[in-house]
Amino acid sequence: MSSTEQNIIGDEEMNLLVTEVFRLYGYDFTNYARASLKRRINRIIIIDRFPSFAELLYRVKHDPSYFKRLVEELTVNVTEMFRDPAVFKTIREEILPVLATNPFIRIWHAGCATGEEVYSMAILLEEANLLHKSLLYATDLNPTVIENIRRGIFPLSQMKQYSENYNLSGGKKDFSQYYTANYDRAKFDDRLKAKMITATHNLVSDRSFNEFNLIFCRNVLIYFDKQLQDKVFSLFDESLQKLGFLVLGSKENLRFSKVAKKFAQLHEKEKIWRKIT
Amino acid sequence: MAENHLNESRVVVIGGSAGSLDTVMRIAGAINEFTQHTFILVVHRKNTTDSNFEDLITSKTRLLVKEVEDKEYITTGTIYIAPPDYHLLVEDQHMFSLDSSEKVHYSRPSIDVTFESAALAFGTALTGILLSGANADGAEGIRKIAKAGGYTIVEDPTTASAAYMPQQAINLVTVDAIVPGASMPGYLVKHLLNAGNR
Repeated sequence: MSSTEQNIIGDEEMNLLVTEVFRLYGYDFTNYARASLKRRINRIIIIDRFPSFAELLYRVKHDPSYFKRLVEELTVNVTEMFRDPAVFKTIREEILPVLATNPFIRIWHAGCATGEEVYSMAILLEEANLLHKSLLYATDLNPTVIENIRRGIFPLSQMKQYSENYNLSGGKKDFSQYYTANYDRAKFDDRLKAKMITATHNLVSDRSFNEFNLIFCRNVLIYFDKQLQDKVFSLFDESLQKLGFLVLGSKENLRFSKVAKKFAQLHEKEKIWRKIT
Repeated sequence: MAENHLNESRVVVIGGSAGSLDTVMRIAGAINEFTQHTFILVVHRKNTTDSNFEDLITSKTRLLVKEVEDKEYITTGTIYIAPPDYHLLVEDQHMFSLDSSEKVHYSRPSIDVTFESAALAFGTALTGILLSGANADGAEGIRKIAKAGGYTIVEDPTTASAAYMPQQAINLVTVDAIVPGASMPGYLVKHLLNAGNR
């Protein structure tokens, strides 16, 4: 993408869009991190070739079908399989043996985007012979991106990288056995998605819907301001069983949140916490 | 702190790619006395978890060196490093944020992304330096810094180990100074001292 945009929208314009989106569609971006949101709005003005901010605002106000696209583009849906392989290695070696003692394992991937992480986890569970007694709840704000999870299709061009990540995560098999290559696409085995439940869920406005042994929320909270982060941490606290695990992105931290006292970090260098009370 | 009490060139943001590491390390070694300034480094690196870069910079300077975490407060006397695989944004004058959205110019972190948001947050208090590189990243960022009233320094392409990146910036905007890599640390120190006396 080129970044040769001529004009950067200001705070007032951003606030106007946020207000209108909430008033008309009920999606609340008020507590999204400002610098990133501003970039996303500028980006959509460029890629959808709006002559100015006013035209974008007009389209959003008068074309509900366009709003769906707006939400998709304002939120970041970049994800990969076994991202930060060391985290998955820790899950394999230290968390799965603990989860294995439970009769059922409930996992929530909060803000899962197109689902690469959900498939990674299903592979880990299968290799630990735990998939049969697990349920993976995959939720995201965008209805369109989670449709991809049901299809289980990912770009073939990514498989080399994912295969390397898989090996680094402690995977011992040939990664290509998990998918069928077809032209430029990799279709993952249906048995992996048999235990996945997909739903739309907005971390900003929706409540806890179950109790989990493990929650993933990686590189989602970076788009929220501290106030909203705190609110979401409380939501995770409500949604975790005692001694359940919370996995965050590699640069995210629970340390300064209100619920910090109720959690203990597993290792200093990894962003995995355990709910201790 | 109130916006109108910002010192000139209180914040320095440095971007580099191929062939910039040596200059970056020599700059780090030259700025020990600037404990009331903030330095931000965006250097393209291989997308691995190597923390060598942070250690390397730490070994050259007495200032605090820190790879940025999400929503980290911005303080003085610190060299902040954009973490691998994230864009580093300046949320406002007091706080960083991170973003793992699409690569820009095949790069994450992208120099443009950090330069642009730093220009918005710091305006005339910002100095932007673009070093050697074989990529177009950073040129637009330099333009944004200049437009916001910041001071812009670009490595002289004729002596840079990779000329493309600084040349792109020079083609796009009239920069305040074009400086050979070897003289960059000394030039920056002089600029910061002069700006402080204005």
